[in-house]
Amino acid sequence: MFNTGSELLKLCEEKNAKIYDMVILKEMEATGLSKEEVLDKMKGTLEVMQASATAGLNKELISNTGITGGNSKRVEDYRKKGNTFAGEIVNSAMAMALSTSEVNASMGRICAAPTAGASGILPSTILSAKDKLNLSDDMLINGLYTAAGVGQIVARIATISGAEGGCQAECGVAAAMGAAAIVEMSGGSPQQALNAAGFALANILGLVCDPIGGLVEFPCNLRNASGVVNGLISADMALAGVQAPIPFDEIVEAMYKVGIALPETLRETALGGLAATPTARELTKHIIEQNK
Amino acid sequence: MKDYTVFDILGPVMIGPSSSHTAGAARLGKIAKDIASEGFYKVEFHLHGSFAKTYRGHGTDKALIAGILGLDPADEKLKESFKIAKDNNLEIEFIETDLGHHHPNTVKILFKYKDKDDFYVLGSSIGGGNIVVYNINGDEVEFTGLNPIMLVKYKDKKGVISKISSILSEMDINIATMQVSRERNLATMLCETDSKIIKEVEERISRIEGITYLRVINTIRS
Repeated sequence: MFNTGSELLKLCEEKNAKIYDMVILKEMEATGLSKEEVLDKMKGTLEVMQASATAGLNKELISNTGITGGNSKRVEDYRKKGNTFAGEIVNSAMAMALSTSEVNASMGRICAAPTAGASGILPSTILSAKDKLNLSDDMLINGLYTAAGVGQIVARIATISGAEGGCQAECGVAAAMGAAAIVEMSGGSPQQALNAAGFALANILGLVCDPIGGLVEFPCNLRNASGVVNGLISADMALAGVQAPIPFDEIVEAMYKVGIALPETLRETALGGLAATPTARELTKHIIEQNK
Repeated sequence: MKDYTVFDILGPVMIGPSSSHTAGAARLGKIAKDIASEGFYKVEFHLHGSFAKTYRGHGTDKALIAGILGLDPADEKLKESFKIAKDNNLEIEFIETDLGHHHPNTVKILFKYKDKDDFYVLGSSIGGGNIVVYNINGDEVEFTGLNPIMLVKYKDKKGVISKISSILSEMDINIATMQVSRERNLATMLCETDSKIIKEVEERISRIEGITYLRVINTIRS
């Protein structure tokens, strides 16, 4: 039905449809399920996301290794004091992204979106939109389908694996998925949704995957927090009408080429970047010793 | 280029932190337990590559144990699997090793019994929670566990395969793939099907002359 952004936009135009309409239709064709069944399936996903994005707000969740945790509650407590610099929505979104990251690192239940390492971004995006725009669960589910459609295109023409394409392929793609979802849930056009997705990717092109010890903790947690904000501002820029001189598909291709051009040390091997700093090496040694 | 469904992108729902090191490990443990017979008193996990290097940090150890206890990758009890194993008097050992030319996330799961020989399953976690099983107690195989599976061992003679496939066909079960190998006089057949292999099929196949082992695993996907 569609494999690229341009094919998707053409379909949306022909049928006067939203991206989520086409993604739902494609899923029905691929699985043989009815529209109700397809929509129903996403309810479970939304529930998991809502739970993971809120679990850490009021409770310190400490990771399996003990090196990270409690940051979601820190940001949430700070936000509640009402004296933040970047404001309510940004701080609340960061706290919710950190929450899912902490649930993941402490071996709780999450939904990979598109991966476990980037799993904090989309739930926080969707819940931020719910709070801001006062949306029904049905609309949130539509937003998740918009997001999935963007993910499908990137996975098909590029990659969503940090080992293959670096963090841009995980947190960058999650932000792109979230940005497109916000645009459609806000009533923006399919073209604006893909512009937003493209902005989110362009903003972090080249971002490397370099977590301490190769474990999904630091800086993955920070990149989930900054990733959700990247999605929010990309959506706002697209809705404001910021120009997109390069089409989404070409940005995705560029992301892929940048990804495979990254040295292996910067692709989830814990051999470069922050993972190769003296402190990270000490921490890694400590994690191994401590568990023996 | 592969086609991705919506739930390949938004999924799996899993216990963190890593789809390959945690969710895939739980799936490998579970499928190994389904293939092995019950009554084991000890399980050894021989860890290879990245599994050997990072298994504690990623909770691969907890996930593998959860799998052999029959828990799903999304079960929150996964985290307490060491304790559940202990409560069930199940002995566990992790051994870091080199299994040779294999994917970096590979484990050989060895089941020990008091009254019979050891039994093992070897498989890899290949990303996104997906797995491939490559060896069952010395028999080389290759399957993902996404389809129902039937594993049969029989004294090799003419007609066994045709009897099995006609039973499947009579019961309206389509064969997706079939792998057959033979060592001396004993043949091993691994058959992946498109639909569930119901009990009646299993019973009819088990009555075919010469069959010494039959195991059906309907699916590992939750």
